[in-house]
Formats: sequence, structure tokens, C-alpha cells
Amino acid sequence: MTQNRPWIPYLLILPSVVFLGLLFIVPLVQTIWLAVSEDGAPSLANMQRMVTDINFMQSVRNTFLLTIVVVPVQIAIALAMGTMVAKIGRGRETILWIWTIPLGISDLAAGLVWLSILQNSGYFNSLLFSLGVISRQASWLSYQTPVALFIAIAVAEIWRGTAIVMVIIVAGLNQVPKEFKEAAEIFGAGPWTRFWKITLPLIRPALQSALILRTVLAFEVFAVVYALGGRNFPVLVGEAYNWQNQNQNYSVAAAYAVLIMVISLAATLVYLKAFKVDPERLP
Amino acid sequence: MNMQAISSEAAATANPASFVSSRRWLLWSGIAALCAWVLVPIYLVALGALGGRQGVYIWPKTGLPTGISLEPFILFLQTEGVVRSFLNSLGAAGITVALSILLGAPAGYALARYNFVGKDSYRLLVLLTRAFPLAILALPLTVSFIRLGLYDTIVGVGLIHTVLALPFAALVTQGIFLGVPKELEEAAWVFGCTRIQAFFKVVAPLALPGIVATAVFAFVISWNEVFAASVLTVRNRTLTAYLLTVLSESSMHYRFAGGLMLILPSVVFIFAVRRYLFAIWGISSK
Repeated sequence: MTQNRPWIPYLLILPSVVFLGLLFIVPLVQTIWLAVSEDGAPSLANMQRMVTDINFMQSVRNTFLLTIVVVPVQIAIALAMGTMVAKIGRGRETILWIWTIPLGISDLAAGLVWLSILQNSGYFNSLLFSLGVISRQASWLSYQTPVALFIAIAVAEIWRGTAIVMVIIVAGLNQVPKEFKEAAEIFGAGPWTRFWKITLPLIRPALQSALILRTVLAFEVFAVVYALGGRNFPVLVGEAYNWQNQNQNYSVAAAYAVLIMVISLAATLVYLKAFKVDPERLP
Repeated sequence: MNMQAISSEAAATANPASFVSSRRWLLWSGIAALCAWVLVPIYLVALGALGGRQGVYIWPKTGLPTGISLEPFILFLQTEGVVRSFLNSLGAAGITVALSILLGAPAGYALARYNFVGKDSYRLLVLLTRAFPLAILALPLTVSFIRLGLYDTIVGVGLIHTVLALPFAALVTQGIFLGVPKELEEAAWVFGCTRIQAFFKVVAPLALPGIVATAVFAFVISWNEVFAASVLTVRNRTLTAYLLTVLSESSMHYRFAGGLMLILPSVVFIFAVRRYLFAIWGISSK
């Protein structure tokens, strides 16, 4: 069917190629050029301004710390969810639906949800108060309590972002043939051995794409931070936003954007290399 | 296998009945705890949204639904800018859905049915978008959008949201069209349908549920996006952009009402497509 009219597939993909060219490739090049030029000539002035900014080191550190803490916890919870749900028959659909609800929740909404719990007269303080841990309202989200603020943001991110990892991992687990598990059981492998030696290697592709997706998103963290801590907790995208909207300096904002892109690309390449998926070992 | 595994299995069979029931118990309490972890925070923000100004300062809070009414939420809806930004969000999401399906589904069909030179490069382009924090591309687009008259318009926001949703739509529709047997389409040709007729009479009806699910996802992607929408709008803000900019000036119960308003539609939509969630992500994460 392809011989007589070979142009058909090209016609079908053309609109999306043009679209992505105009709104993905062009802005990508523009961002890079904005970041490394000044008045139309190549220059590292913007990079320099970014690096010497008072919030720069802090935002780099905060973003990396958040990613390092949040992503592994999300993967662990998602794996736990996946293995738990595989063991039950009735009620499986409902439980999966409940666990996927955060998939539809934006980072801004997640921040606001946890703000209602962690604000001074919120539910968390009420709980601590009734347990006798604190005697009056404690504040967790101010610049004086950076560690508590960090934990609050991490919890909100874990709460929201685990659903997507869970969906990818459950989709991966569904593709593992039952026979593998049964064979391992016959040969006497315990549940722990089965998990590490059978399940985990077989869902490597799913793990890889979950890790790439989540890590790229984690470096983009912004609204959840803003909702919980305002500007008390600088992160990379937040700085880009401030340079763009408050300072109206598009070039330094672009420099931040380039930095975030480089980090995201580097993380993706690391995952691709670390999880080299051998097609012959797939089910 | 190894000795340890065998000995642990032997221990497990030593007292099977109590072991099984305690494991069952552990499993279900784990599941219940994780369900509570997801649901309780949503319940609490709803309490905050419906508790009004007084509700915020009740101390200590019990977490029980006392003193709530719809009134505070309705007052929030009547605040200037809320309804408008809600409609803007709907508009931007509508544009995103229409564009990502119109542009993405044909590409998905081409990927599913044809072999052509450049297919791998196209897939690479689509996958490449995933390694980039796409919303950040809104930064340079500000300048071009001002020049084109798209800055501060719903269309502009819809366009950048389509960049987020289109790669997803192309990959997922590819999987959906692969699931429609080619033989059915070929049979339609034999019976005298043109290619286009065959597509709309045979393939489209079978692929429709999956395409609707993809559309819902495109909607949710746009509805929830904060950064690009905030950067590209000033007066015609979407709901997320509006909430972000008024955040520091608004009182606590308004923030909670905003949070609840953001959550409700997407929860309903996720419920509507729950059957397709795993199939779709199975496809798109390959």
C-alpha cells in the first residue's frame, strides 16, 4: 500500500513537524542565542550575571537536593504500589483510580493543598498540639526554618508526582508474563529474590522512562515551591520566572533556561546509558 | 536457586495459615495507608475552601467537617477575575485538545501504518521533546508573540500548551491505530471505499475511545500548566496563572478555594478515562 503513493505518510506528519519546528526548535535556538549573546554579539555576560547573582548557588543547590530526595522516594513508593496492587483481585480498579488522582493535580494546586495542612493554624500543627508535641502554633514555611520548608516542598512533590511514576510502572508490570514469576517460584525463589532478580530487570524500560520523565519535571519545580514558601526557597525555574517577569531581563532568564535544559539533557543521557535496555532480554 | 531463598521459603511454609493471614493484613493496611495519603490532603483542602475566613483561624483544628458551607466558595467564584480566568483556562485547554489531536493523530496514523524514510528521525524529534523542560520555551516566545500579536492571548497559551501535548498525542495515537487491525481497513478498500472513507467509516470508530482519552490528557496537561501560562499572559490569565499572581496578596481561604477549583475538574476527567490510563502509559512510555 505504500508503493503507489509514497508521499502519504509525509503529508500526515508534515503538520506536526512544522508545528514542532516553529514552536519547539525555533524557541530552543532562540533561548540559547539569547543566553549567550548581548546586543547581537556572542557574549557570556548573561551567564556571568546569572552565576554571580545572590540567589544562584542557593537555587542550584535547592533544585538538586529536591530532585535527589524526591525522585528516589517516588520510585520506591510507586514500586511498592505496583507490587501491592498486583497481589489483589477485587477492588483493584478502585484502588488504582484513587492512586492516580494526583495525576490530574497541578503543582500549584498541590502546593495549595499542603499549605492548608502546614500553615500556622493548619492541621499538622493541630495534630502536634493535640499530641502534646507543641504548646503553640509553630511555623514551618518561613525563611527561618529552611529545613522544614524543604521537607514540606519535598512532601508535596512526592504526594503529587508519585502517581505518574506508578502508572508507568504498573503499565510495565502488566507486561511481565506470569510464567516468569511462576517459574521462579517453582525453582524456590522467595518474594524478595523474585523482585530483585525477575521483576526489576524486566521493568527496566518502564523504570527508565519514569526516571527520565520525573527527573526532567523535578528540575522544573516551581509552582509548588512558590505556593508553599513564596520566595523563601529559591529554585532554578523560580529564578528564571523572576528575571523574566519582575526584572524584565529576558537574557538572564534565558541563561537560566539553558542551564535547566543542559541539566535535564545530561540527566536523560545518564539514564539512557545506565539503563541500557537489551532488547533480547525483554519479555 | 540460592540457599537463602529456599530456607526463607521453608520458614514460610512452617506455619502457613497465620503467616498468610498476617501478610494479607499487612498488605491491606499498606494499601489503606497509601489511599489515605492521597485522599486525606484533598479532603483537608476542601474543608479549608468551604470553611471560609473564620475556618482558617480555628485552633486547634479537628479535621471534622464542622462549620462548612458552599458560601465561601461561591464568594470566591464572585471575586473579580476568577470566572474569567476559569473561562480562559477552558479556552486554552480547548485549543490544546483540538490542535494536539488534529496534528498528532495523523502523525500517529502515519507511524502506525507506513514505513517511510525518516520515520526514526521523526520519532527521535518527538522523544527529544521529552528531555527538555518545554514550558521554559515560553521565555523566548514572549518576544515573538508580542510581535505576532499572540502575547497575552488564549491562542498563544494554547499554542505553547500544544507543544507539551502534541508529542504525547502522536505517540499514544500511534499505539491506538496499531491496535486497529489492518485487515479491517484493507477489507473496506476491497469493498470499494476510498482510503479516506475507509479511515472514517472503519478505523475512526474503533479508535475513537482511545482518541477521546488522549484528548482528555491533553486537556489536563493544559489545565494544569502554570509556568508558560504565567509568562505569556498579563490580563488574559488562565486560572493557574491568575492564582499564581494573586497568591501573595490573597487570604488563606481564597488560596484553598483556588486549589480546590483547580483540582475538581481534573479529578473528574481522570475518573472518566481511568480505564485507558494504563494502556495509554504503557504505549507512551515505550
